[in-house]
Amino acid sequence: MICHLDGVSYRYRGRPENALHEVNLEVEEGTHVALVGPNGAGKSTLLRILTGMLRPHVGTATVLGRPAHAWKRRDMARLAAVVSQSGEVDVRISVRDLVSMGRHPYVSPWSPLAPRDHAVVDSCLLEVDLAALADRDVGELSGGELQRARLARALAQEPRLLLLDEPTAHLDLGHEARFMERVRHYTDTQSLTVVAVTHHLNVAARHADRMVLLSAGRVLEQGPPEAVLSPPLLEAAFEWPVDIVDLGELGLQAIPHPRAAEWTES
Amino acid sequence: MALKGRVAALSGLLVASLAIGMAVGPADLSPGAWLGALRGDPGPAATILWRVRLPRVATGALTGGMLAVSGVVFQALLRNPLAEPYLLGVSSGAAVGAVCSLALGLSASAYFALPLAALLGALAAIAVVFEVARVGGRLDTRVLLLAGVVVSAFLSACVLLILTFVRAETLRSAFFWTMGSLSGASWGMIGAMLAYGIPAVAVILGMSRHLNALTLGEETAAHLGTDAERVKRVAFVLASLLAAATVSVAGVIGFVGLVVPHAVRLSGVRDHRALTPLSFLVGGSALVLADAVARTAAAPMEIPIGVVTAFLGVPLFLVLLRRTVRS
Repeated sequence: MICHLDGVSYRYRGRPENALHEVNLEVEEGTHVALVGPNGAGKSTLLRILTGMLRPHVGTATVLGRPAHAWKRRDMARLAAVVSQSGEVDVRISVRDLVSMGRHPYVSPWSPLAPRDHAVVDSCLLEVDLAALADRDVGELSGGELQRARLARALAQEPRLLLLDEPTAHLDLGHEARFMERVRHYTDTQSLTVVAVTHHLNVAARHADRMVLLSAGRVLEQGPPEAVLSPPLLEAAFEWPVDIVDLGELGLQAIPHPRAAEWTES
Repeated sequence: MALKGRVAALSGLLVASLAIGMAVGPADLSPGAWLGALRGDPGPAATILWRVRLPRVATGALTGGMLAVSGVVFQALLRNPLAEPYLLGVSSGAAVGAVCSLALGLSASAYFALPLAALLGALAAIAVVFEVARVGGRLDTRVLLLAGVVVSAFLSACVLLILTFVRAETLRSAFFWTMGSLSGASWGMIGAMLAYGIPAVAVILGMSRHLNALTLGEETAAHLGTDAERVKRVAFVLASLLAAATVSVAGVIGFVGLVVPHAVRLSGVRDHRALTPLSFLVGGSALVLADAVARTAAAPMEIPIGVVTAFLGVPLFLVLLRRTVRS
């Protein structure tokens, strides 16, 4: 087990309610766990607890047996990498330089990148099909290319744990599918552990081994997709009636009801 | 290496600027007297060269270099190309600290007390500016600059108020404190600047990779292994220290910290391992040349050096401001 949350509660300063309330979670090494739930459910807060950016007020959050907040940032960055949907908006550096930042936790302040660092950066650029664009300015990339560049930067950290915070929020269907298939491939072939926050239930159902459904800071249900994708649970979480359709090989699909008249008022 | 080449070229520029700065001045030295004094001939030319001009250009180079590095750090930490010690109120805060310590007679004992008082003033000023500009845990760029300029105006008024009531020999003119001057340069001051400047710049250089990471945003930097809070604290204090040290010897000089790093970035340099040393060299050269202009443009009168830097810096600031607001 790589991450373990035991009764974790967290409250942002100045807020009356807990952002997370008594959350228990276990992440096994080499699995893909999807955190789903409505806006403000506490998904991103949970991710910040896992990386040690936030310290639980109650309960314990451990990574490899050590409290997440007690890790040195440098050591944590060698273990866990994060891909989110924002950051470096108006930074004018090349794609290669951005990906090279992934070697930050390994290099000393004064020395240049070692040959091995360059080799890792090159292979990560190849891995996400960006080798041809390596010298392009980051600002010139399309949304899909930028997310691949961020993924390459995360992979350059050589992480055992990859944390995704809605990485495909701005991507179209094709780019989202390619991104998630790629990540799934790393889990299957290199036992990369993935914890992914996403709004897209169907994407989560397709790629995740386990899903965690959060609502108002609490875990409503967690388990394999078929356990979490149940109409009453989803309706309770999203406050909208949802049906589940089994498409066989294509997996489970969550489909919101059309025009649920009694719900549109609220 | 590209960096070594650039450092060599810009070091050459700095040496040339120093030579120009030492060649011009109110006393019209013939090239022969100038070269003779350089070779060690005694006489009035030697006195002017070694006692007056060399300390002055050396102070100018250090002041310009340290202001530029201070600007580099503020820009990286605030992720804002418009940040610099003058516009953030840091320099005026330092001036208040310096004037207070002089008025109270604290600094009679050592050159070292004055920059320390200036540092406290600088830190107090930036603390106020940050508190005003913090909206929901984030620093709002536009509020930050507005607050900086207003706090700066208030602190300049404080300097003038103190100067009105305390007429001590040590206090120098209002011109000096509000628009800067290198006329008070001495070897003792240079020693003090080196004592503060060398360790500060060395530590800032050592943090280059962290500053690079911080340009991607604090959260991303933390995920890449930078202890963002600690780096920010240390870097803010050091950048304020550099600005405060320059204010204690040369008064408030604006826009060097803005223009110089921007010019270096325009040449394609983004990595702080190169940006910091190159900005130091360019800043040093720029201020020595600005001082040469200040001394000669209206000779025998001397224009405050802050006027020269403002004439160059304000147009550029306005262009940058338009660009930032539009994006």
